[in-house]
Amino acid sequence: MPQSAPLPDQFTDVACPFCGLLCDDLVVGHSAGTLRVLAKGCPIATPAFERAPGATEPRVRGRPAARADAITEAARLFRASRQPLLSGLATDVAGARAAASLADRTGATLDHMNSAAGIRNLLVLQDGGWIITTLSEVRNRADLLIVAGSDIAGRFPRFFERCIANPKTLFAEDRACDVVILGTGVPDGIALPAGRHTVIPCDPTRLHEAAGVLRVILNGGSLDAGAAAGVPLDTWKGLVERMRQARYGVLAWAAADFAFPHAELTVQALAELIKDLNRDGRWSGLPLGGSEGDITADMVLLWQTGFATRTSYAQGQPDHDPVHYSGERMLARGEADLLLWISSFNPARTPPETPAPTIVLGHPAMRFAREPEVFIPVGTPGVDHAGQLFRSDRVVALALGKLRDSSLPSAADVLAAIEAAL
Amino acid sequence: MLIKLTGGRVYDPANGVDGVVGDLYLRDGRVVAPPRADERIDREYDCRGRVVMAGAIDMHTHIGGGKLNIARAMLPEDHRGDLVRRTPLTRGSAGMAAPGTLATGYRYAEMGYTACFEPAILPVNARQAHLEMGDTPIVDKGGYVMLGSDDFLLRLMAKGESQKLINDYVGWTLNATRCLGIKVVNAGGISAFKFNQRRLDVDEKHPYYGVTPRDILRVLSRAVYELGVPHPLHVHGSNLGMPGNFEASLKTIQAAEGLPIHLTHIQFHSYGTEGDRKFSSAAARIAEAINGTPNATCDVGQILFGQTVTASGDSMSQHRNSAVASPKKYVVMDIECDAGCGVLPFKYRDKNFVNALQWAIGLEIFLLVNDPWRVFLTTDHPNGAPFTSYPHLIRLLMDRTFRKERLDLIHPDAKALSVLGTLDREYTLYEIAVLTRAAPAKLLGIPDIGHLGAGARADVTVYRDDTDRERMFSAPEYVFKDGEVVVQGGKVVKVTWGRYHTVQPDYDRGIEGRLADHFARYQTMRSSQLVISDDEMHAIGHGGEVLVHPCRTGTR
Repeated sequence: MPQSAPLPDQFTDVACPFCGLLCDDLVVGHSAGTLRVLAKGCPIATPAFERAPGATEPRVRGRPAARADAITEAARLFRASRQPLLSGLATDVAGARAAASLADRTGATLDHMNSAAGIRNLLVLQDGGWIITTLSEVRNRADLLIVAGSDIAGRFPRFFERCIANPKTLFAEDRACDVVILGTGVPDGIALPAGRHTVIPCDPTRLHEAAGVLRVILNGGSLDAGAAAGVPLDTWKGLVERMRQARYGVLAWAAADFAFPHAELTVQALAELIKDLNRDGRWSGLPLGGSEGDITADMVLLWQTGFATRTSYAQGQPDHDPVHYSGERMLARGEADLLLWISSFNPARTPPETPAPTIVLGHPAMRFAREPEVFIPVGTPGVDHAGQLFRSDRVVALALGKLRDSSLPSAADVLAAIEAAL
Repeated sequence: MLIKLTGGRVYDPANGVDGVVGDLYLRDGRVVAPPRADERIDREYDCRGRVVMAGAIDMHTHIGGGKLNIARAMLPEDHRGDLVRRTPLTRGSAGMAAPGTLATGYRYAEMGYTACFEPAILPVNARQAHLEMGDTPIVDKGGYVMLGSDDFLLRLMAKGESQKLINDYVGWTLNATRCLGIKVVNAGGISAFKFNQRRLDVDEKHPYYGVTPRDILRVLSRAVYELGVPHPLHVHGSNLGMPGNFEASLKTIQAAEGLPIHLTHIQFHSYGTEGDRKFSSAAARIAEAINGTPNATCDVGQILFGQTVTASGDSMSQHRNSAVASPKKYVVMDIECDAGCGVLPFKYRDKNFVNALQWAIGLEIFLLVNDPWRVFLTTDHPNGAPFTSYPHLIRLLMDRTFRKERLDLIHPDAKALSVLGTLDREYTLYEIAVLTRAAPAKLLGIPDIGHLGAGARADVTVYRDDTDRERMFSAPEYVFKDGEVVVQGGKVVKVTWGRYHTVQPDYDRGIEGRLADHFARYQTMRSSQLVISDDEMHAIGHGGEVLVHPCRTGTR
């Protein structure tokens, strides 16, 4: 590898790893290891980039330890384990590759901290499929956006600024995209031109009902009801008319906000509505996710083995089960006797409470309710080291740069070292 | 390390060697001339009674990139039926129609293949495609990057910009995305679908930009030629799967205006409208056109019966076909003002008239194209069938008795409509070596693979000779990759990571400012993010070498 050049004190076109949008237009200043977001920050990116670098020294059972000793102890725990669980998985492509290799070697189960949300989409992909689009298509083509029961602005703060509120597109100088929010209201901080958005108050747990009614109206059926999903039928009829007239409609959701049982059926109802709309017009879904490297982990595991997260190697071959191999479930039932938790973006994403011995490859600022057996602070991809992450739309993978010199290893390096020590 | 393969029957069409019994020497990863008598042979392999060929090359196989990973995500049932256990040497993986990259690499090597080329890399998805190929062990890799429905190109064309500027864009794209060739899929059609157009004929104007597929094919084939890229424009034609589409294929050949053009999975584009069902074979018309057009080549995209998944950049066609998905699920995507894709599982059935005729059409093309250097053995993996069915396909080509037995099993009306029963041609081992080794290397412009002359990479496959060609080609006795035995007795014995094959044609860097401005204004990522750096390629490919093959000069 080439000798690394001294780092500049200002970076432009910085790709931000802290949510699934992976905005790559940030300007970040650097001084003695401390970073400042100088332009294009957001409520998620700015504090994350500006977080003070924490202590870099590993700990074994709370005592400072050399990295080599921490790795030796981690390897010992793996040798003693009969059913290890690798979870968290908040890392970049290299980290996910290394985690998959270690899991294959040790017969471990792989899960991601966000997979409960990802599974809601995955089950739909496996059962009926969908028609979806990507961020740049939305930015240029969308003339009607429906947001289904999701706090998009909270989870992806620059989504509206970058994809909806831009007047200039490939096809227009004064594009205006209308927004319909199926939900409880407009969250603060949405950069929408006044008068271009409508709220239809619909509880997320009743979205499947709304989608069903919209399909019936769209397909010319009749309904013996005055209201559906708590909304008058005429409102739904009016929405169908607008959906028919859209040239390029987009229906967006964040499955993380569908935190109710069998939410995959809600996603499927939305997906089937979009399919019906494509008989005569063009509509696409936009399932938003990708934060904490959740889509990245799925992508790497999918291409290597054919299966997404919640896959076990315990039988010497990959075995995928979206319910059984929930890491949380396995820990709660005592089915895993070792947890290796990877969380390299956000110190607040700590491991779940478990009596099982725990190894954490985590953000150096992480604080624990129970000190893990082994804690090895790791760098954040796109801050402390270069890497690659997948964006929300599962198509674009961006290269992340290194913005400061820290002595923190990458999660990939630590995982490879543990595997080598076995 | 000097290795001798003793007494094998060698088929090496690039060097005119047709079944000559002789010795082959390998040293330091290369084929070498016979050494002096006093040189010590470090290792000798007895190849008497064996057939020796260069490692096989699959010049069109969907092994890496977004649509395949969508297919994988959609098909847990495919993977559960084909689990790959880990061994001390190899990793666990799974899948037949949409296998994991690890299973893909192991299985290709176990079939004697040493190089695979992914034919549909979207520029915005190139990083993922390379990451997937990087995790595909043993075989060499390379890809063709897709243009032709991207708004940047269509805007240049609509504005009437010069061929030179288009060449610069094509050249920049090849450099940035680390690819080996240019692919066009349903020229303009993927973009037209975003404007709610459901089909686009070769001479039909794009609903927004006003350019036709013929215009796109003309400027892209010219760009590839003028940049000196060895591999011709790689074309997935218009109207895939539609009865009567052979006429679009004939127009597509003409659109290159005499410049080199490769028509991929031509079977899917060779359909007529005759007969009671208005679906017939136009293989004879297509073969006649290929035979009479020296600048044209094709690969077949043979279908074979069974479950598979179709994964294509052609969102327009895949959406049109979504009702026939089996099982009933499909994904269609519009992608980044760049391209699109569509994925639908499909089960080809021998008792289904259309599927049976598709099967016959593919074989008719193989047997009616006269020049084995201009027709390539593909199933368009996984679209026609998984790549693991190649040995079966080879037997169908080499053994007319077997072929006629199979023909008797298909839908009787399809059999009656096909001329296949009258075609007695049998491919020879030499011709199979042309189709799967010598010709693809030549078409890709890679001088040191696909043959066994001195200086070639020591990628060698040794088969037990067997009249059952399917058995013979399923499990070679030895596969050498870069001079090392990687497969023995049909099983992987050493895992390596292969190389990347790329080209880097010269272009005027003035285009970069224009691209940066376009991306900053309209896209949601910087154009610089399309560029995959040397460091990234090194990490992606597990340290595998990235080769840059020369482009012709002086063609501008």
